Amino acid sequence: MTVLASPQSTTAPTKQALNVTFAGLGRSFGAASDRRTVLRDINFEVHAGEVLAILGPSGCGKSTLLRAAAGLDSLNAGSVLIDGTEVHGIDERCAVAFQEPRLLPWHTLQANVAIGLPKASSASVGKAKVAELLQLVELASFAKHRPREVSGGMAQRASLARALARNPGVLLLDEPFGALDALTRIKMQDLLLDIHRAQPTTVLLVTHDVDEALQLADRIIVLGTDGNLPGATITEVLTVPGDRPRDRNAADLGRMRSSLLASLGVTGH
Amino acid sequence: MTHIGNPYVTGNSVTGVSQTSLEASGSTVATADATQPPPERGGPAHGWSQTGPLRRGWVRLLLGLILPGLIITVWQLNSVTGLFSAVQVPPPAAVLNAAVELIQRGELWTHIGISTQRVLLGFTFGAALGLAIGSLVGLSRIADALLAPTIGALRAVPSLAWVPLLILWMKIGEDSKITLILIGAFFPVFTTVYLALRHVDRNLVEAGRAFGLKGFKLLTTVQLPAVIPSVFSGLRLGLAQAWLFLVAAELIASSLGLGYLLSDSQNNGRVDRIFLAIILLAIIGKTTDALLGIAEKWAVRRWA
Ligand SMILES: Nc1ncnc2c1ncn2[C@@H]1O[C@H](COP(=O)(O)OP(=O)(O)O)[C@@H](O)[C@H]1O
Ligand SMILES: [Mg+2]
Repeated sequence: MTVLASPQSTTAPTKQALNVTFAGLGRSFGAASDRRTVLRDINFEVHAGEVLAILGPSGCGKSTLLRAAAGLDSLNAGSVLIDGTEVHGIDERCAVAFQEPRLLPWHTLQANVAIGLPKASSASVGKAKVAELLQLVELASFAKHRPREVSGGMAQRASLARALARNPGVLLLDEPFGALDALTRIKMQDLLLDIHRAQPTTVLLVTHDVDEALQLADRIIVLGTDGNLPGATITEVLTVPGDRPRDRNAADLGRMRSSLLASLGVTGH
Repeated sequence: MTHIGNPYVTGNSVTGVSQTSLEASGSTVATADATQPPPERGGPAHGWSQTGPLRRGWVRLLLGLILPGLIITVWQLNSVTGLFSAVQVPPPAAVLNAAVELIQRGELWTHIGISTQRVLLGFTFGAALGLAIGSLVGLSRIADALLAPTIGALRAVPSLAWVPLLILWMKIGEDSKITLILIGAFFPVFTTVYLALRHVDRNLVEAGRAFGLKGFKLLTTVQLPAVIPSVFSGLRLGLAQAWLFLVAAELIASSLGLGYLLSDSQNNGRVDRIFLAIILLAIIGKTTDALLGIAEKWAVRRWA
């Protein structure tokens, strides 16, 4: 693997964006007697470098799908392929920002972000990168604070920085902006788009926020139950038109918004 | 769900779990510590208010000295009123004299020294074994399946039941005493470490794994730091047990030490020396516990 030094930034794109394929993926939990199917027949190809939003009602298996891509979970059926090779166990090409911040309480934010650094990175480069990322997520002045000394939203941003530190080929974000206030959320969404522009990576973004999906994603998939079969599968695939940043009030986005809300079971908006 | 703002999320929950379960498991011998407040947490984790005069160290020290002062006063008054005879309760001055006499004969320091040495040796070996085996059984499913039932059964043996066997095997010497203390210190440490490792936040471990940590690195980065506060409360329980078993060992068979001083004084009817030995055990036990308590406070602040 070659490390390309970029003139402007220490977070040089060291990895290509990678494509992700879900091939007949299925996952159920529990022993044979009370087996519960959560996901079934997920077939989808995420293009290299695209931002894919994953929408679905709470508990439908969005986090489970991300965990499968990260290799954190074992599957009952099918497989996940990244860049054409099957995911077996923890996959180094991915980085996850979990739904909860999951920071180590005995480390400073700075040390927590450093855990995300790729194994091969040298100490000085790593330090500079951590400092830059903390700056990006507006936590530079809290670098030496412990997780319990900052708010939930700040911890969430540190967790995002930790995932970005990895410089991953596939970035897996599980409701990364869920705990943020409205203003910080917009800032962080812009930040994500900036980062995505500067260093191409494939982003799988789980969200429960239809507007967020419409603002950030190239495509949106909706998970839901379909027919009488147990377990959620992809019920809808939408390509979002227009370059980012998008006009929140555009008419075609408005129509998509209504149709997405309808497929999530919310009507009358 | 895990919210980092909530202090009960990670390290502290581990401590809570191990302490409650220890109350159930440490029942082979009632430990001395029942009257102590729970070990103070570093951060906002304990339920006490953060402000007020009780936060000041010297205020707490003074408050803590009220009761001992009161006891000594009542004790002194007793020799005046004669409620209890001097044979039952000798006056404080008599106990002090007994101490001076033993110091002059050069015996007191020997008794204290040998007892402290036995406790420290037994505790060190027992705690080290408890840490090692507790980590092994807590981290490895195979070791858990293999060892946990046997260790549980051994723990169920009231530890004093080992005394005849130890004396038969090792004769009445230092080895048998230190081994008995080792057994006493082992179980609380083993149990806390084992349970704490079982209850490390699975989300944190998963996060560590997701960022490429595994094996020894995962252990030192996530699992061990998460249990350090509970390890310290285990060590304190182990130390209390070590003192308990010291006295048991010295009462049964010895020619030196504070336990010997107790039994010898009983045989000679020296109530003053019995009082002296008890007071010394209280002071030395409390001091060693306080030293560990300082280390624990530091560890909780650093790791929890
Ligand atoms: N390890 C597990 N064991 C049993 N059930 C699980 C496990 N992980 C997830 N589930 C179940 O799978 C379903 C989907 O969970 P999740 O993927 O977290 O949903 P979402 O992220 O969409 O809210 C839930 O009903 C949950 O109870
Ligand atoms: Mg989820």
